[in-house]
Amino acid sequence: MNREVSINAAMALALLAVPIIALQIGQTFTITLATRIAILALAATGLNLALGLGGLVSFGHAAFFGIGGYAAGILSAHALSGEPMMFGFEGSQSMPVIWLVAAVLAGLIGLGIGVVSLRTSGVYFIMITLAFAQMIFYFAISWPAYGGEDGLSIAVRNGFPGLNTMRPMEFFLVAYGLLMLTLGLFSLIRSSRFGAALQAVRQNDVRVASIGIKPFPIRLTAFVLSAMITALAGALYADLNRFVSPSMFSWHMSGELIVLIILGGTGRLFGPLAGAALYVILEFVLGGMTERWQFFLGLILLAVVLFARGGVMGLLAGKARHG
Amino acid sequence: MTFALALEQLLNGVQLGFMLFLMAAGLTLVFGVMGLINLAHGSLYMVGAFACAAVAAATGSFWLGLAASLAFAAGAGALMEITVIRRLYNRDHLEQVLATYALILIFSEGTRWLFGSFPLYLDIPPLLQGAVSLPGGAQYPLYRLAIIITGALVAGGLYLLISRTRLGMRIRAGESDREMIAALGVDIRTLYTLVFALGAALAGLAGAMVGAIQSVQVGMGEPVLIFAFVVIIIGGIGSIKGAFVGALTVGVVDTMGRFLLPQILTLFVSPADAKPMGAAIASMLIYLVMAFILAVKPRGLFPAQA
Repeated sequence: MNREVSINAAMALALLAVPIIALQIGQTFTITLATRIAILALAATGLNLALGLGGLVSFGHAAFFGIGGYAAGILSAHALSGEPMMFGFEGSQSMPVIWLVAAVLAGLIGLGIGVVSLRTSGVYFIMITLAFAQMIFYFAISWPAYGGEDGLSIAVRNGFPGLNTMRPMEFFLVAYGLLMLTLGLFSLIRSSRFGAALQAVRQNDVRVASIGIKPFPIRLTAFVLSAMITALAGALYADLNRFVSPSMFSWHMSGELIVLIILGGTGRLFGPLAGAALYVILEFVLGGMTERWQFFLGLILLAVVLFARGGVMGLLAGKARHG
Repeated sequence: MTFALALEQLLNGVQLGFMLFLMAAGLTLVFGVMGLINLAHGSLYMVGAFACAAVAAATGSFWLGLAASLAFAAGAGALMEITVIRRLYNRDHLEQVLATYALILIFSEGTRWLFGSFPLYLDIPPLLQGAVSLPGGAQYPLYRLAIIITGALVAGGLYLLISRTRLGMRIRAGESDREMIAALGVDIRTLYTLVFALGAALAGLAGAMVGAIQSVQVGMGEPVLIFAFVVIIIGGIGSIKGAFVGALTVGVVDTMGRFLLPQILTLFVSPADAKPMGAAIASMLIYLVMAFILAVKPRGLFPAQA
């Protein structure tokens, strides 16, 4: 077992152990923090697929995060009110159904955004993904049907068969399980033929094209998959807060997801988890010390970019084996 | 819908366009010359607005405030360039995005620290209060007209600076080949700082002028920043001409969209539905225009050579 694998295993165990201990000593809030870490790590893992492996710096992943959130909010609102929605669908309060809808919807919208955005590259790509996310953000603000600017409350947290998700620990286990499954999927994708092609496209797309592999479909597939995973996280995030609002679509959210990845280590399997853990803990600790925590968070981020390249995983496990 | 109202809205669109040009010019110059994507450009806009409001409140003179906005924004820009931005030129865009995102947090929270969370208000100077009559009988605020004229003058001045002066020649040389201009003995570091401070001053000027129409508050730069990004993507990143055309396009399309779309939609749906639907579509309109332009021309209307 190399060093990175042991560190990954230690992090996965720690994330599971902390809420279990917290439950024993009655620190429910710590469980919520751990759930937040797992969900943000899931969202960032989605982005890591496009950004870390594919080199696609999407500054608009809040769009997919928000789509997931609104899927959860809207479906459960309809299920509660009994008012049917489009195609006579009655809504749902079951997480698997909501996840399916969130992922399919985000996949379709990701396909649309990807087809247009992937025609561009570099800074253009960064900005056009940002612009698409803003478009959806403004739409969510000005469309009054589901709360508009005020957002939408989820009266009862959506359920998962066999679990009582209103209990923090059981909801944490749902988020944790989904994160671990997704990390497994990420690892499979990374070592698959598709993953190899994706990373090759990041390193040199002209060479990849010259040996007869078209970069565009590979990038598009990665972008769509990435959107679907981030949407799952969005649906969970909505359930965590039992509230969705247009702020899930805001460009701060997209920025935060990028921050998580870079803090943790770009393209590393457990980078998003390391980044999310550090970010949530920093937010909690700094927020407890000073009202101006964002100022210091900014300074810390700046220091990480300027002086600690490679993020947490770079510090703990050394350089990534593949450039 | 009367002709006078439409003309007023059109002028508002042009005014927004010139504001966006002042923002976008700095962004596009910095990208064109240094290859840097600067998210913190909106913070410089905010610095300009706050400097103007604070100095105007202390001295009672809007004009001193305006001068202060230029000086403070340029100073903040130069400081930002020397301490942080300079280290980012050779990094990839991802790291530039993160570092300048961190700068936004620092600037926003720092400003809130200094000035508190409540918005400041800036009065229109007495000289520019009142309205002018337009053909068709409408009244148009003199101050907004002054913004249009200032924007046009700055655009003209920028054109002359870039096409006729030695500094402009170096900027253009920097855009086409950074290594070569350094090899020819031009002090490239000072040039970079100057370009950055120039862009910052323009953003600060825009912030100060808009501050008198809207309130001066933390976060005011962010919506404008995103508009300015749309502008430079449409125009072609690195092109001043593109920024000009893009800014006016975005300004007019956005303003006229918000004005016309709800009215056009009443032809198809009930008035009660038309208003929210029109507003929703109008707020997405410039992004649709941008997506369309990029689908046709992936590098914008006036792609820079590099």
